[in-house]
Amino acid sequence: MNSFFAVVQRDLRLAMRRKSEVLTALFFFVVVASLFPLGIGPEPGVLRKIAPGILWVGALLASLLSLGRLFSADFQDGTLEQMALSSTPLPVLVGAKILAHWLLSGLPLALLAPLLAVQFDLDGDAMEVLVLTLLVGTPLLSLIGAVGAALTLGVRGGEVLLSLLVLPLYIPALVFGAGAVEAQVSGIGYAAHVSILMAMLVMAAFFGPWMCAAALRVSLE
Amino acid sequence: MSASGHSEWSLISNAHAAPAQRTSPIGIHCMLSVSDLSCVRGDQTLFSGVNFDLNAGQWLHLEGGNGSGKTSLLRIVSGFTPPAQGQVRWRGQPLAQTAEAFHAELLYLGHALALKEELSALENLQADAAIAGRSFERSQAVSALQRLGLRGRTRLPVRVLSQGQKRRVALARLFLQNAPLWVLDEPFVALDAQAQDLVAQAISEHVSQGGMALLTSHQPLLLRGLGASLRLGA
Repeated sequence: MNSFFAVVQRDLRLAMRRKSEVLTALFFFVVVASLFPLGIGPEPGVLRKIAPGILWVGALLASLLSLGRLFSADFQDGTLEQMALSSTPLPVLVGAKILAHWLLSGLPLALLAPLLAVQFDLDGDAMEVLVLTLLVGTPLLSLIGAVGAALTLGVRGGEVLLSLLVLPLYIPALVFGAGAVEAQVSGIGYAAHVSILMAMLVMAAFFGPWMCAAALRVSLE
Repeated sequence: MSASGHSEWSLISNAHAAPAQRTSPIGIHCMLSVSDLSCVRGDQTLFSGVNFDLNAGQWLHLEGGNGSGKTSLLRIVSGFTPPAQGQVRWRGQPLAQTAEAFHAELLYLGHALALKEELSALENLQADAAIAGRSFERSQAVSALQRLGLRGRTRLPVRVLSQGQKRRVALARLFLQNAPLWVLDEPFVALDAQAQDLVAQAISEHVSQGGMALLTSHQPLLLRGLGASLRLGA
């Protein structure tokens, strides 16, 4: 467990020393989400309707931006070798890296979303549901994305391959995440959508780190 | 021994015994035992039929030209790559079955230094120890870095250090753990004469205290204690 928190702490510290990497993904999210109201025009009805989908797709792409670097830096400088040789199981260390990735890319997006939702004229209720789905959904994105990042590690042109591999896998998260907000707006309630999202998160949290570790060991051969 | 890249070597001259019965003269299993190892990269055989045993208090120096498979051999022994043929045993157990226990007793320093440019030397060593599941006092790390001539540079980001100084930071790990088996890939590269002496001294000390060292180097070694060289390739 000590190793787990040490890896989280190390990754957060590294991110603080090169803030630009974290901030680029965040600004990307802000810019993408702001372009749509500008392009579509001030129609509150339309904007309200598309807001959950736009914000979710924005979060998805922003999380994808930082995925390429999740393992590649550690792979290149040899840290990943040391992780594979640790007496702490590799899935635990990989889980720590995924948690750090979420803290740096997913959590800020979820917290920033209500501000951006104002541009789409979302009401308070819908905004709360949006933040909730992003809080549950972004760790899911990090977990699924990490498996993709581990599989494409060291592959030439891996970044493009990574998005082709991971984006289709993000679809269920997108459907239920954006769907929850729409369901809330239309009065059905968001509970079912969020439950499914949580179930997917639990599954991914359980299997994701193991799959990552297996893929990383192949990359290290 | 033959020109086709076969190499055979043993410190205790029973390399031809069946691997399961291979024991050291005092009857316990060899610590590290490599039998009939071969490595294939693509359609090229880098080496085949490599045998050696390594026991407590011994070092083994792998020699060979560029591309003769020294690093590949170290990676096979460390458990990263499965061998094309042959077996590596640690305390008499095949590596695959004892991986976790083996890794707890292994210190591997590869070509890549596993240092983060943004972190200081001290932070790097602390992060590295935490990842490895080891721990040490801060003062130990400071004195290890001082011993390697990095006094006053322990708090600088590694980014600003020279290549040799980075190497020294990575090698400070040798003084901060008690793993019995050291696997070192070119530990002397980029070091000045004084640092090379220090590292050679550290390895000799480790071996004389019952440790083991398996290393590659193009430089002639100045190691004391019981050890030998194994030449890979023709």
